[in-house]
Amino acid sequence: MKHLLKCTAALGVLSLAIGTAQAQVNTVGEDERSHLAGGLFDAESASWNMVLEHNVPPIDAFFDERALFAPAQFMAAMRAAREAEERGEDAAPPAFTPLALANTDFAFQGDHVIMGNYHGFLIYNVAGDAPELVTAVVCPGGQGDVSVYGDLLFLSVEHNRARLDCGSEAAEGEVNPDRFRGIRIFDISDITAPRQIAAVQTCRGSHTHTLLPDPNDENILYVYNSGTQPVRSGDELEFCSDGQPGENPETSLYSIDIIRVPLDAPETAELIDSPRIFADRETGEIAGLWQGGQLGIASQRTSQTNHCHDITVYPELGIAGGACSGNGILLDITDPANPSRISELFDPDMAYWHSATFNNEGDVVVFTDEWGGGTAPRCRAEDPANWGANLIATIEGNVLRGQTFYKLPSTQGSSENCVAHNGSLVPVPGRDIMVQSWYQGGISVMDFTDPRNPFEIAYFDRGPVDPDNLVVAGYWSSYWYNGRIYASEIARGLDVLRLEAGEHLSGAELAAAEAVIEAEVNPQTQTRIVWEDSAVVAQAYLDQLARGEAVEAGLLERAGTEVSRWADGRMNRGNLRRLSRDLASAAAETEGRDGARLTALGELLGRVAG
Amino acid sequence: MIAVSTLLALAMAVTADGPPILQPGAPGEPTREISAERSRALSQTRHTAADTRFMQHMIVHHQQAVDMVALIEGRTSNPSIIAIGGRIARSQDDEIALMRDWLIRRGEAQEADDLHEHHGAGGHDHHHAHHGHHASDDPDDVPLMTGMLSVNQMRALAAAEGGEFDRLFLEGMIHHHEGALIMVDELLEHPGAAEDIIMSDFTGHIVADQMAEILRMQNLLRDLPPAEEREAEPHSHHHHHHH
Repeated sequence: MKHLLKCTAALGVLSLAIGTAQAQVNTVGEDERSHLAGGLFDAESASWNMVLEHNVPPIDAFFDERALFAPAQFMAAMRAAREAEERGEDAAPPAFTPLALANTDFAFQGDHVIMGNYHGFLIYNVAGDAPELVTAVVCPGGQGDVSVYGDLLFLSVEHNRARLDCGSEAAEGEVNPDRFRGIRIFDISDITAPRQIAAVQTCRGSHTHTLLPDPNDENILYVYNSGTQPVRSGDELEFCSDGQPGENPETSLYSIDIIRVPLDAPETAELIDSPRIFADRETGEIAGLWQGGQLGIASQRTSQTNHCHDITVYPELGIAGGACSGNGILLDITDPANPSRISELFDPDMAYWHSATFNNEGDVVVFTDEWGGGTAPRCRAEDPANWGANLIATIEGNVLRGQTFYKLPSTQGSSENCVAHNGSLVPVPGRDIMVQSWYQGGISVMDFTDPRNPFEIAYFDRGPVDPDNLVVAGYWSSYWYNGRIYASEIARGLDVLRLEAGEHLSGAELAAAEAVIEAEVNPQTQTRIVWEDSAVVAQAYLDQLARGEAVEAGLLERAGTEVSRWADGRMNRGNLRRLSRDLASAAAETEGRDGARLTALGELLGRVAG
Repeated sequence: MIAVSTLLALAMAVTADGPPILQPGAPGEPTREISAERSRALSQTRHTAADTRFMQHMIVHHQQAVDMVALIEGRTSNPSIIAIGGRIARSQDDEIALMRDWLIRRGEAQEADDLHEHHGAGGHDHHHAHHGHHASDDPDDVPLMTGMLSVNQMRALAAAEGGEFDRLFLEGMIHHHEGALIMVDELLEHPGAAEDIIMSDFTGHIVADQMAEILRMQNLLRDLPPAEEREAEPHSHHHHHHH
């Protein structure tokens, strides 16, 4: 063990204290979600505090049952094809790959929900009662991570077979001039007729990307690109080279890519830098973070930190959270072209740091661990409750500190791929709430207002696509957008869900969240949520204060009366002003989140009272 | 709370009127309209004969790691060996299941037809384990494929105990894992190999996982109490040529 401790110290590893109550809980229990009947489009479902409003199944061009299953007749066809080939006849066997038509990540703009797909992207208009598919673009290449900025749509491409022209046939061979792996840019000024206008090649393709507007120049947009694939041949792309930094200091490993997009000429977008954000601060060694392997005998096998899987930026705060394979990192992005690492976190229970989501204050970040890569069942009874989970970290004085884990609190079957995946904040004022995908584990809504004691407040889940075999399916991303949850089911299409008020979410809290309307949302580019001064927002704070005991009952009752009057159109400005002052005094004597709620409520009432 | 959703029961992939299916051109080129059938055809990824053979061989290769772990019980009480053995067996078992599933779903046989007539024959065009390293003519000294232990090496492992077992186990398993990395390298030399999405993810995972375990085992090996001088290195595996 000695060398392990030494190794920990040398790397400056911040390992999570295993002393919390959460760490004692080693397994997850069963509930009604654990044994739902399976089926592709007729699975049993279970929900709590949320309702499925719409399922928009895939269209023919983006659905092939043979890609999900391998039915017996297909296997027979394969055999026949092979026999034909042996007889010297021409018979190319069809090949089907799960995920080839998988729905993936989202971007949102106005009435449009843009859903990425391994095969291209789909745009739905959600202004009416039910979502309507308005655009279907075929452009194979995976994973189809999408972002939108004005008239531009960005698409991540990573597969070797992808072509510059969106693929008439796969680009073959180790070197191929038609191959494209990187970021595609489409002009969507006519949203029903996207045109590809640029394609920026990168050395490890593009697994995910994140948009970051230049804070000082509104004509410049940066794209942080995270490539996770092996390095491309230098014969294909001259600036690429492979190898460990000891042998090759120019290696294309151990960096992220920064693409600069001039908005007045987006076709000239180019890769400007691949900064060494994992370098050791003192020695400058390029491979400065986790080198892969286990910290201890009972630890996860944690991947090597030579790339980020995903980066979430919070431009207003000048910070970014990087989920970078073997580490979670915090970046200073005040100069977007020169991000620099300010903190890093390692944890022996994290196998693969996958994504990051800040709370609205920007002092808590939820990292996900995609243990098993998303195609494996990792929510079974025997899977540890802190593996493949969320790691909730705080940011104190620019230092990331792990606090506890949250895992889907329901065991799932071995035919259900399940692990922590993409989510976003539900904009309830005064609380930190996140809706999140767990693949075939369904959707779980987590309250992490207390970063040491997260708990579930709502869920939706279906049974497995196939009860007997693991078919890769389930929710890739679940994000809140303008009052609804949009969820991309890999196999089953676009789902729209609505949260319901209940024991864990009051009517006012829900109404306050539903009232937040954004013009454009890319979930990995977080913007500060701002609530309008309204009676429901005030009532939401009051509902939260009433759950605790930090505030004197008399004051709460008075506030309840005045906020009700306001809601009923009988606002008493004098009373509100006095109330505002009393709330501010109470806030000064109240610690923690309730203190912040009192402050926010007092200021809100002060503003409306004038 | 449980309810069969009638909404979903009714929902099936639809052919109803929808927007046209668009396929963009290269940057600056126009977008064109294609049929749903064409779109589906574009989604298909071929897997190659090399992919299939890789999966078939890797199953055999992984199975030996599981067999090696099965020898731990009764031969060593070193908790580090027991722990890493348990982990290796579990991950190799999972991967074997994944590989079998991959083959079944593509209508391919789970066993390669070229492995069992291997000894002495030149059937393998891409496994060089028997070239150069093994002077003996005894087929039991020839490993089935890169990184695998020969029958005689497995016998030596089964006959060992305590510290000797620990050392042979770690050396053998490191060798075994290095072999898997070489097999991935060799696969990727084939044109069009590992384009299949699952295949491509899987080979990526093999590389990451095996490298991590190799690191861990090298640490354990370094920490073993010094062994008495042995006559010869039983596993002569330090000379693989990477491509």
